[in-house]
Amino acid sequence: MDRRDTRQGFQRTASIEQRVSAVEAALKRNEADAGAVLEELDHMAQEQWVPRNGARVVARAWVDPAFRARLLAHGRAAVAELGLELPKHHRHLVVLENTPAIHNVICCTLCSCTAFTLIGLPPDWYKDFEYRSRIVRQSRTVLKEMGLDLAPEIEIRVWDTTADTRYMVLPMQPPHTAGWSEERLQSVVTRDSLIGVSRL
Amino acid sequence: MDGMHDLGGKQGFGPIRYTLDAAPFHAPWEVRANSLYALAVRRGLINMDEYRHAIERMEPRHYLSASYYERSLTGLATLCVEKGIVTRAELETMAQGEFPLAGPAAAGRTNAAEREHYRPGDRVRVKDEYVPGHVRMPGYIRGKTGVVVGESPAYPFPDAHGHGLHAEDEPTYDVRFRSEDLWPGAADSALVHVGVFESYLERA
Repeated sequence: MDRRDTRQGFQRTASIEQRVSAVEAALKRNEADAGAVLEELDHMAQEQWVPRNGARVVARAWVDPAFRARLLAHGRAAVAELGLELPKHHRHLVVLENTPAIHNVICCTLCSCTAFTLIGLPPDWYKDFEYRSRIVRQSRTVLKEMGLDLAPEIEIRVWDTTADTRYMVLPMQPPHTAGWSEERLQSVVTRDSLIGVSRL
Repeated sequence: MDGMHDLGGKQGFGPIRYTLDAAPFHAPWEVRANSLYALAVRRGLINMDEYRHAIERMEPRHYLSASYYERSLTGLATLCVEKGIVTRAELETMAQGEFPLAGPAAAGRTNAAEREHYRPGDRVRVKDEYVPGHVRMPGYIRGKTGVVVGESPAYPFPDAHGHGLHAEDEPTYDVRFRSEDLWPGAADSALVHVGVFESYLERA
């Protein structure tokens, strides 16, 4: 291929699909086995990095106080007990415990960082400019707009993911689930409760 | 850089487009765009700070009008061109159209020469610094005072790492700010926690 940077005068911007294909072709030229790795990563993003992972962590914390203590003290090591991993560059997982008096909510104002291996790749609203700009400054108003009307005496703690430490909210166990099996408890934990825009 | 990406506390944005069980992906190209940047990081072609900075360098109108995965792809493509993996002309020939990229980087900087180690409970102030290159200090905490509530393992200093400079690992602290101190008289009451690199801090 001609390596000189002589650009043709295209009249319009390439479609996003064409641009993705062009970058993919460039990386495949550079990395011999890129095709297989991309297939694997596609699969991970859609099937392996899902909120069910975070739900497993939460359910275990609800039924096992010793695990809960380890989770709050050393998040990465504790989730590894369940066979769950974070990328190498996420060197620390801080689990934020909700209580009747304290509500935690996570965000990333500068980009859209999340503990995606535990809570899944983020939904649109998490990445939108509305959430990124407003949640740090208008937390109570924004949560109310999203359906979570917190009593005024509940303290809100917002966590902005600006370094490579990752956060996950540990929701409170709903009273009606007392005595449920760990597996059944997993089914009540939602992604949005792990981000902290809803309570269970 | 004080770029368009630095959105925390910006006013004028409307209601959150919130739906229950919102899907992370809407089209196959979005899944693939995500995997492309992950591949490049995994192979060491780019690091996360270079990637974030490339997105920050997008022309503001493009940044605001592009979807999340278009921003991701634009950042990756910009780095591939800057690192000589592909030329812009090649990308445009393959894509059969213009391929908008991010703008050039300003100079990066290395870790602060003198840093102090802090402990939970210490009161710290974010230095009043204006950084032309990559920085992970959101503008809304610049010059503000908070309290250290936690320390994370050391990470490469992003202001250097995002520019291919030698980046020493340094601690980041979870610093707790009061929203009333960040936006006096103009914020809902809350505690806002930010992960702040040691080089950005001084004792208050």
